[in-house]
Amino acid sequence: MVSRRQTQVIGLVMSIIVLVLLIWLPHHNGSTNTLRWAQVLYIGVAAMGLNLLTGYNGQVSIGHGAFFGVGAYTSALLMHNHGWSFLPTLLVAAPLCFLVGVLVGFPALRVKGLYLALVTLGLAVLFPDLTKKYVHATGGTNLVSLNRGELSPPAWVPTSVSAIGRDDQWAYYVCLGAAVVLVIAALLIVRSRFGRALIAVRDHESAAASVGINAARVKVMAFALSALYAGIAGSCSVLVTHLANAEKVQTFQLSIEFLVALVIGGTATVVGPLLGAWLVVTLQHWISDTLPQHVGSLGPLKRVLGDPAASPALFGIMLILFVFVLPDGVVGGFRRAWARFVRNRNQTPHHAPAPLAT
Amino acid sequence: MSVLLEVSELRASYGAVRVLHGLDFVVNEGEAVVILGANGAGKTTTLRALSGMVETSGHVHFDGHSIVGSRSEQISRIGIAHVPQGRGTIVDLTVAENLRIGAYRRRDREVAADIERWYDVFPKLEARADQQAGNLSGGEQQMLAIARALMSRPKLVLLDEPSLGLAPIVTQELFRTLGELNHTEGLSMLIVEQNANLALGIGSRGYVLETGSIVVSGTTDELAGDDGVRRAYLGV
Repeated sequence: MVSRRQTQVIGLVMSIIVLVLLIWLPHHNGSTNTLRWAQVLYIGVAAMGLNLLTGYNGQVSIGHGAFFGVGAYTSALLMHNHGWSFLPTLLVAAPLCFLVGVLVGFPALRVKGLYLALVTLGLAVLFPDLTKKYVHATGGTNLVSLNRGELSPPAWVPTSVSAIGRDDQWAYYVCLGAAVVLVIAALLIVRSRFGRALIAVRDHESAAASVGINAARVKVMAFALSALYAGIAGSCSVLVTHLANAEKVQTFQLSIEFLVALVIGGTATVVGPLLGAWLVVTLQHWISDTLPQHVGSLGPLKRVLGDPAASPALFGIMLILFVFVLPDGVVGGFRRAWARFVRNRNQTPHHAPAPLAT
Repeated sequence: MSVLLEVSELRASYGAVRVLHGLDFVVNEGEAVVILGANGAGKTTTLRALSGMVETSGHVHFDGHSIVGSRSEQISRIGIAHVPQGRGTIVDLTVAENLRIGAYRRRDREVAADIERWYDVFPKLEARADQQAGNLSGGEQQMLAIARALMSRPKLVLLDEPSLGLAPIVTQELFRTLGELNHTEGLSMLIVEQNANLALGIGSRGYVLETGSIVVSGTTDELAGDDGVRRAYLGV
């Protein structure tokens, strides 16, 4: 028999193994790979935030790139203009993003579904214009770029004990720390009274209201928490990319990436968005860098795959295939496989069928 | 017997369409009151109006509060629980989580004890405590919806066609349980039904609703003996 408790223990052991591997990873990887893993983590954090809003609460947002941007700009400006080190900037960026989430969440109460998606899209479109008007950085543009000194880890981070003093590793471990804290927070949130309310409001708003849940407050709170996650992700991204920037295409693309990570990882599951982020980043890297190197000898194929336009197209095709094979995401697919495994294990035949009388 | 819910001149509309044209009725403490009516008579709207889910005017007094214009969650907090038509169970939560959602507003330490209590009344729910509510049968979901409503320790339960879509034997069992809750616990109920036989069986008084107005009222015995009611709702 595989009991519920055993399933939990297996889950816990697996998380510890994954965590140990993630801690060990930079010692094995070069700087480029370490930064790519850091990117997986911060995109995963933003997708987790989107999951609280879209997966658990049913409010679709395609504007989370804007909250991400608020976090990135807050950290970058505090570091660049005011000489702050990175970690304290989180104490400003996180509450600020929460507040922006509340401000966006209130008007969002008026609209649902596709209309809400459109409103949040507006947010993604508007945000770069706002930064162009109010942020005056490099050459009068809205690009804030940070130099090495501003990005270096604080003095208490040991340089001799491990190789953590290297910029890329510092960036990676900050992202990992943020991801671990926010995964645990998400676990606690979705299993709490508030988590049940999120799901109740998503599944049946009037039934939720009829048991005394203030649906409006729950929805605004979901927006705020979600924005806080995206904002922290944005802050962390500054350590990886060494800049804060907001171009229309980029803000929009980020918003879509969060959504894609969420959907292919598994909506309304805690680890799904992280797995999805890993898939999105890895697939994109594989298609645009690894694949073209290996098709060199294939002649005509090279002409097709070597074209820069090919990689987004290939990525799109892979996404479509993915959704066909795993319609409820990686975690959903895994759960179905696990349920089948448990059922088979538990269905041990009691007796061999009695032979027919002869 | 003191009056728990007093409704007068209750009107309700969906946009420009008025559905209720001034209803007057009361529910006394400990009473099970039945509202009968055909499809489209305004039964569901009556309950939705009491729970603040539609645009409403008129006077509704419940347990010392005037509740017209209040929001659903405020009305729930003063002790009215609504079991909506189609059950409204939260399909992605487990049975146990659905029950805890019912106690959303409670801060006391007896929630777990109450869950056990409703498991005793509805043993089928206990057997499926950790399953997702979406996997339950229609009858089990209806029981869950009722148990969830009771988790808030309401003073009045509004039941919207509990028999809808259920097999006759399941419906009979459900109404027997509802009748027991009314008799032994003194739970006040307002039940909206098309199945007049069953509803009149457990209620003490009833009203007949036709196109948004009350046309007949009386004790359930009187209604069961009324020629018009018998022809229209009892099929005899």
